[in-house]
This record gives sequence, structure tokens and C-alpha cells, in this order.
Amino acid sequence: MTFTLNEEQTLLRDAARDFCREQAPVARLRKLRDDKKNGVDPELWREMATMGWAGILVPDEYGGAGLGYVGLGLVLEAAGRTLAASPLHSTAMVGASALLLGGSDAQKAEWLPKIASGECVVAFAVDEGAHHAPKRSLLKIAGGKISGSKKYVADGHIADLFIVAGPKDLYLVRANASGVSRQALITVDSRGAADMTFDDAPAEALAGGAELVERVLDRAAAGLAAEMLGQAQEAFEITGEYLKTRKQFGQVIGGFQALQHRAAKMFTEIELTRSCVLAALDALDRGAGDVAALASLAKARAGDTLHLVSNEFVQMHGGIGMTDEHDAGLYLKRARVAEALYGSASYHRDRYARLLGF
Amino acid sequence: MSDASLEAFRAEARAWLDENCPQSMRTPFGSEDEIVWGGRNGKFFSADAKLWLARMAERGWTAPIWPKQYGGGGLSNSENAVLQSELKRINARPALYSFGLWMLGPVLLEYANEEQKKEHLPKIARGEIRWCQGYSEPGAGSDLAGLQTKCEDKGDHWLINGQKVWTSYANYADWCFCLVRTDTSVKHEGISFVLIDMTTKGVETRPIKLISGASPFCETFFTDVKIPKENMVGRLNGGWEIAKRLLQYERTNISGFGSGARVDVVDIARDTIGLGDDGRLADGDLRARIAQHKMAERAYALTTQRAQEEAKAGQNVSHMASMFKVAGARLNIERCELMVEAAGSRAFGWSGDGFDRDELAVTRGWLRSKGNSIEGGTTEVNLNVVAKRVLGLRDTQ
Ligand SMILES: Cc1cc2nc3c(=O)[nH]c(=O)nc-3n(C[C@H](O)[C@H](O)[C@H](O)COP(=O)(O)OP(=O)(O)OC[C@H]3O[C@@H](n4cnc5c(N)ncnc54)[C@H](O)[C@@H]3O)c2cc1C
Repeated sequence: MTFTLNEEQTLLRDAARDFCREQAPVARLRKLRDDKKNGVDPELWREMATMGWAGILVPDEYGGAGLGYVGLGLVLEAAGRTLAASPLHSTAMVGASALLLGGSDAQKAEWLPKIASGECVVAFAVDEGAHHAPKRSLLKIAGGKISGSKKYVADGHIADLFIVAGPKDLYLVRANASGVSRQALITVDSRGAADMTFDDAPAEALAGGAELVERVLDRAAAGLAAEMLGQAQEAFEITGEYLKTRKQFGQVIGGFQALQHRAAKMFTEIELTRSCVLAALDALDRGAGDVAALASLAKARAGDTLHLVSNEFVQMHGGIGMTDEHDAGLYLKRARVAEALYGSASYHRDRYARLLGF
Repeated sequence: MSDASLEAFRAEARAWLDENCPQSMRTPFGSEDEIVWGGRNGKFFSADAKLWLARMAERGWTAPIWPKQYGGGGLSNSENAVLQSELKRINARPALYSFGLWMLGPVLLEYANEEQKKEHLPKIARGEIRWCQGYSEPGAGSDLAGLQTKCEDKGDHWLINGQKVWTSYANYADWCFCLVRTDTSVKHEGISFVLIDMTTKGVETRPIKLISGASPFCETFFTDVKIPKENMVGRLNGGWEIAKRLLQYERTNISGFGSGARVDVVDIARDTIGLGDDGRLADGDLRARIAQHKMAERAYALTTQRAQEEAKAGQNVSHMASMFKVAGARLNIERCELMVEAAGSRAFGWSGDGFDRDELAVTRGWLRSKGNSIEGGTTEVNLNVVAKRVLGLRDTQ
């Protein structure tokens, strides 16, 4: 296990931070929302692809950068900090890893270069009800065609290709294939999503069966945890600044112990979460054995931590934290969506217990 | 250090441990009585325990990173990490528990003069002298700098009068590192750090019983105690800085408590609660809380590992001691509460044959754990430190 970044990773992290601050600040998400372009910003995705991020996981031979999961995690974290609205997670993390793990040579050759170039947006269609429950899929498969429905598919509203989870397999389904229909959702976090219906839609199975489903879900969870870590870190830093500048009773409010102890608690939780996220991504890079437990650990802790920090973000700002003009609300809204996607903290705690045998 | 030479060191350490660590020292402590604290009157639970300490001390590995001339092993941090992992691999018991190793030694290395280092460090490393910590007083706990134990300059010696309290193991200790007041006109700047031989005339200790039934700490009285001039560490009235540095070591140490529990809470729960039809712990709510705790433990362990790596990479992580102290104490307390809950009435024994050794240990350990959020600075005080020192929150900006 290693927690220290190498030089390449440090450069990547700094570049991602600079890019997101300059090209994709929170104001960009706000504008998207105000312009009623809920989660539709192809221009930003093009710019990110130009930076090489769409293909971070994709090996050189398919036109990617091959920088690994820790590298992608650093970019997701930076994007999380500024709530950048892009299909980075669903495409660069989930799409690329599903194809890398389960794609045939032909499937890889067809899709990976398009993913790496940013041409193809991928979405991961897993859940069929209001809660994450991958084992309860009712998807029907017959003669290379699938039928069923999927709810709240992140980036489903802009995807060109779907990775669809069935009870025992993952399938590739083209967005423009017959029998595929989608209803774009206007979502609280302004990121967009879609409800999907598949009606005898042509589907190609990926190799790897139920194990592949789990492995891709692990990557989805670990990657989203990295994004959430960035959100929590940024929300915490903004709150810390406010504690040092806002004055009441003739002193800065950060001098009040009731707030100091809560700030110290947030700091501790974020530090602990950072170790878990890094450990999960590092385990993915190494192909270590306990990826599943570490992915659940990272997602559960990121969920709990972000929940806490996003609430305190509003509370410690008082009235201004409740205004639409302030960014706190945007973080709060994204927080709850990210907490639930690919399994809430309680889902992953239960999974962790099962993995440990109790 | 290159990976190759570290691997060579690993092979060397492994071979040495294979040969020198007695088999009976390769199991967790059966009870607190088996721990070796050293000292003039130190007791050894077994001949193997004595041999193990002698061999480790001879090699300098009771204090692996101290310089060799002071009885240490002269290892680099990376080598020490290798040594610790090799010790862990064979489940080796620590050869020596010691406030001298954990707290005093590191500050002597930094602040003491050459004579003091030569005099005290080797005896600590060999476990010959056992130390206690004279910080807290009846009127100065969290507000430690309010301490009043008086130390006067009498020309050729210091004269000490006052009282300490909660002095852990003062009744067994040979020497005490002690904070004293050398200037009453100022607070923090009037404190000095002195070393006191507990056999000096006028030193008296009285044990205090804890809720766990054990009595590991004492009231300590100093009545006209004369100590030599050379027993002051650092400069006159310069003791507060040393005191705080020592607390960092203490906190880091306390935060590592409890990781070596003999029984696992899941095993307890399986025995007492049983499994449902799905083969999982029958009480779903307790199962979820145990899982949450296990994940917190893992997160904590990963973070300790990360901090060690960052320290090795040259980042300053010393200010993190308070964060680790708070989080580590909370974990241990939570673990003990879960064990009592899982054990049900098996945790309500106090002594006698009706309960086995592990069950009684759960009960006693639970009561002892309550001290984790108090000793070495309370949780509240350490949260103050994180807020002020780490986050930069102060009452005036
Ligand atoms: C098992 C054990 C072993 C110990 N061993 C030693 C030892 O070897 N040597 C030694 O010198 N001492 C030792 N101590 C003493 C320990 O350091 C003190 O008990 C501790 O610092 C608290 O001081 P106090 O007991 O006076 O409590 P107080 O300071 O009176 O605290 C009472 C309560 O008030 C809270 N409080 C105080 N100030 C603040 C503040 N500013 N903000 C918010 N809350 C506050 C505290 O957190 C606590 O909850 C030991 C204690 C224990 C429990």
C-alpha cells in the first residue's frame, strides 16, 4: 500500500486543480442550471478530454494515458471540489473499466479509443427502484436482446453507450439502438440523469458474469468516493474561512468552542476518509485482493463525511447558507445524490459486514 | 535508503528474531500482569520475558531509532518500519513497556544536555529505570500550566514542595519527570522541567483506586525535596515547550491503545447472540453498528499508515497527534462498549469462577477505557488543540 503520490500523479493533481478552478468553477454549474441546461455541457467534456482525462484508465494502445485509478481519483477529487458537471465518473471510470475488465478485443478496439477521445459518453444503468439494489434486477435477456427499466441513470441523458447491469451480467447497449428510450430528468444537483426503458433492445454481453458486475460496482463506488472527498474538502475549507472572518459578539465566530470542536471533528473525518479513498484506489491499481472491502469502506466513509460536512456548511453560515446565491446549497444538493448513488453508507456497511463474514 | 538494502535488513531482522524471540513471547499478553515495565524492582512474569528484554536491549531494539551511543538501535525510520512489521509478523510481545521509551526519551534526545542523555537514555533503553509523569495537580488538570508545585533555587540544589495527582504507577517508579513552578509572576513562562529520583527524602506516593478496580495511579507528595542542580532539563523557565512536546509523544502513544484486544467483538456476538437463517449475526442493528466500528478502525489504521508515510516523506505531521489521540480514544471506548453489549450478562461479572478470564477482561477493559478520553489531555482539550493549532481558529483574528 502506498499513500504518497509519485511525480506524475502530483503533476496530474495540480493540473486538475488549476483546470477545475479556472475552467469549471462552481459558477459554471450555476450558469448551466440557470440556463436550464441541466447537466448538459458538452464543451466542458471536450475540454476535459483534451486534457487527457477521458482516457486516464485507457492504455496507450487504445489512445489513452494509462495513468491508473489513483490518477483518475485525483482528477475526480478536483472535479468534486468545484462541482464540475461532466460524465467523467460514468465514462472515464465506469465505462473504461467495464470494457477493460470484460470487453472482448473487438469491443475494446471499438469503444476504448472513442472513450479516450471524449467522443463517446458512457452511462452505467444499474438500479431499477429508488434504492441501490444491484442483486434485485428484473432485466430480461433473450436472444441478444434486453427488456426492462432502469431508474436515475447518472449521465443517462447524454450517454451514447450504456453499460447495463442484469442479474448476472453486464451488457453494452447503444443509445441509438432500437427499443432504447429515455426520459431525461431534471435533478436537484443540476447534473442530470435519465430513466431508461429497454424494450427488446440489442445488447452485447461483456465477459465476467456476476463477478464483473461486482468489480465494476467497486470501481464506481471508489471513484465516486474520490469525487465526494473533493466536495467535502472544499466545503470544509470554505466553512473554515468563514469561521475566521464572520464576526458576532465582537469576535470571529471561529473563536466559539462549540464551533471549534465541530470543525475539528469535520477535519478528522475528512482525514480518515482520505486514507480510505486512497487505499481503495491504490488497491485497484495493484489488483490487491481486498478491493471490495476497501471500496465499500471508501464509499461509506465518504458518504458519512460528506453528509456531515454538507450540513455544517449550511449551518455554520447561518442565514446566508440558506440562500440560493451562496454555494452551500449546491454542495448540499450534490452531496445527497452522490451519497445514494451506487449504494448509501448503510448499504456499504452491510456489504462490508458480509465481506468480513458476519 | 534503497529497497534492496531495506530488504537485506528485513532478512537480517527476520533471522535474528527467529533465533532470539522465545516461543512463549510470540503470543498476545494473557493479562496485564504479563507486561514487563522494567525498573529497579521490576518483575518478570517468566524467564522468557526476562531473556527477551535482555536480548532486545542488547541489540538496541527496545529503542530502535535512538542513536546507538545512548542504547538505541540507530535505525532509520524505514528500517524501524521493517522491524516493526517483522515483530508483528511473528506476533511478538513488546519486550518493554515504558514511559521512558514512549515519552521522556524522545524529549531528552531533543532538549537534554550530553551528560543527561548519557546518564538516562541507556537505562531507559535497557529497562533498568522506570519513570512516571508528574504533570497533573489537584488544581491543574486541563489547565496544566496553572500548576503550583514550587521549585526554589537554593544555590547548590533545587528545593521542591507541592503535590501531583493521577501520577500513573508512581508507586512503582524509580524516577519522575516533573513540571514545577520556578516563577510565580508569569504562567507558561514560569514552568521548568525537572527529573526527580523517587527515593529522595520527602517524596511520598499514595495509590488511588480506579473504577476498574485496579489502582495504577497515585497522589504524589513532595515535601522539602532536594534535587541536584543538574536535574533540570532545558533552561530555567523553559519547561513548557518541553512539556508540550512530550504530550505529543504521549498522545500518539495513547492513540495506539487497544489494537491488540484478545477477543474480537464479532466472535463474542456469534457466541452470545447466534446466527440467523442467512448465516449472519442475528441482531441486525448490532451487526450494523459493529460493521460501522470495524470500518472506523480500518480507516484509523489506514490513516496512521498514511501519516507514517508522510512523515517519512518529510512532511510535518506532529500537529496531528491531537487528532489521533481523540480518534484513537473514541475507537477504543466504542470497541469496549460494543464488547460489553455483545457479551450481555457475560460482561457483568467482577471476579470469581463464574466468569472466565476473557469475560472479566472485557468488563475491566471497558471500565479502564473510560480513561482514554481523559488521560494525556481530555478529548475536549485536544479538540481545542486541533481547532487552534491545526485549523487556525482563534477568538480574535
Ligand atoms: C487513567 C489516567 C492516567 C493518568 N496518568 C497521569 C500521569 O501519569 N501523570 C499525570 O500528570 N497525569 C495523569 N493523568 C491526569 C490527566 O492528564 C488529567 O486527568 C486530565 O488532563 C484532565 O484533568 P482533570 O482531571 O483535572 O479534569 P478537568 O481539567 O477538571 O476537566 C473536567 C472536565 O472539564 C473539561 N474541560 C476543562 N477545560 C476545558 C476547556 N477549556 N474546554 C472544554 N472543556 C474543558 C474537561 O474536558 C473535562 O471533561 C491521568 C488520568 C487518567 C484518567
